[in-house]
Amino acid sequence: MNGVHDMGGMDGFGKVEPELNEPMFHTEWESRVLAMVRAMGAAGAFNIDTSRFYREALPPHIYLASSYYKKWLLGLEDMLVDKGYIAADEVTAGHASTPPKPLKHGGFKINDVERVMIRGKFGRPAPAPAKFKAGDRVRAKNIHPTTHTRLPRYVRGHLGVIERDHGCHVYPDTAATESGENPQWLYTVVFDGTELWGADADPTVKISIDAFEPYLELA
Amino acid sequence: MTGHHDDHDHHHDHDHSDLSETELRVRALETILTEKGYIDPAALDAIIQAYETKIGPHNGARVVAKAWTDPAFKQALLDDGSKAVGTLGHVSRVGDHLVVIENTPQRHNMVVCTLCSCYPWEMLGLPPVWYKAAPYRSRAVKDPRGVLADFGVGVPNDVEIRVWDSTAETRFLVLPMRPAGTDGWSEEQLAELVTRDSMIGTGFPKTPGAPS
Repeated sequence: MNGVHDMGGMDGFGKVEPELNEPMFHTEWESRVLAMVRAMGAAGAFNIDTSRFYREALPPHIYLASSYYKKWLLGLEDMLVDKGYIAADEVTAGHASTPPKPLKHGGFKINDVERVMIRGKFGRPAPAPAKFKAGDRVRAKNIHPTTHTRLPRYVRGHLGVIERDHGCHVYPDTAATESGENPQWLYTVVFDGTELWGADADPTVKISIDAFEPYLELA
Repeated sequence: MTGHHDDHDHHHDHDHSDLSETELRVRALETILTEKGYIDPAALDAIIQAYETKIGPHNGARVVAKAWTDPAFKQALLDDGSKAVGTLGHVSRVGDHLVVIENTPQRHNMVVCTLCSCYPWEMLGLPPVWYKAAPYRSRAVKDPRGVLADFGVGVPNDVEIRVWDSTAETRFLVLPMRPAGTDGWSEEQLAELVTRDSMIGTGFPKTPGAPS
């Protein structure tokens, strides 16, 4: 979706302000939110692409005004309500009042902790040969899906070059809507800064994205 | 989308203005999930403890220091980051999709996630707030030299800047250049020079003798 989360190239957000000796969490609740998201994901309530989509779908004024973990909290609440794991009036009341809905992998227990600390595997067997190879000139398609996608707006319609092939991966666009892993070839595509930002842009800058095959066409 | 946050969040939720409201809301959700048997609060404690103790930039620093001292390991790391890190034994949590990118006198690499917050947390720890916030995500791909200036970092104008936007499940780790004046240093000594930001590409390693 063309949401406010798709920030590449926007102006007006000001300077980057690193915090000296930044703590891992600024408040205790941030750590509880992170842990709840990881636990419910590992229990099978949702996949990572669905959870990203729920954060992206927050109303723009809420997205921009909320801290990082606040967005995680709001996205988690919405997702669990929509998927029937909790009810909206339970959130209001602060207590459970309806029976649980079975989780794909059962309740999250202490023995499951080690599992969430290992990054997921997204590589899948190739359903078809790769259409592109390193060195091919490609154009990022001018597409505007209203659901989740990982093709940022700032490259759409622009010419780039395939640099690397990462094999076939789970396709976020369909995984997010729970319509299947639908594995797709994944490539690093490099764009000149001047191609993306115009003739006046810094000629020494190149930008790459990792693009799934359906995002690209041969140029 | 339910969109049910629209009604009660019209005052803006900055981090420090609504702490107690958010805190209550988080506790309420944890209570509900616990009562339904979805989670065990002790398991959440263990997840948090694992994040606080098992991950951090020391993991990445060790990999970089080894690459600086062992050419065969460096080549293996650039060829297949996950496989090479896997041979070290300590970072099995790295997953399959780690890509290590090398800074050279001709090219400086910098990593961003414009769409969310993708980051090699098993190598660097959880990302800092600035990495996840709008100023960095918006500007890194359009004005990387300006962003580097915000960090007090200058890269010569004849050096290419390459920005890697982490738009898939691949995760990028920058292999910075080894500082001069470190001949004969051990891996352990070298690892002390490797900063988190030098592995994101928004900084350089510390130089020998400089105050830390």
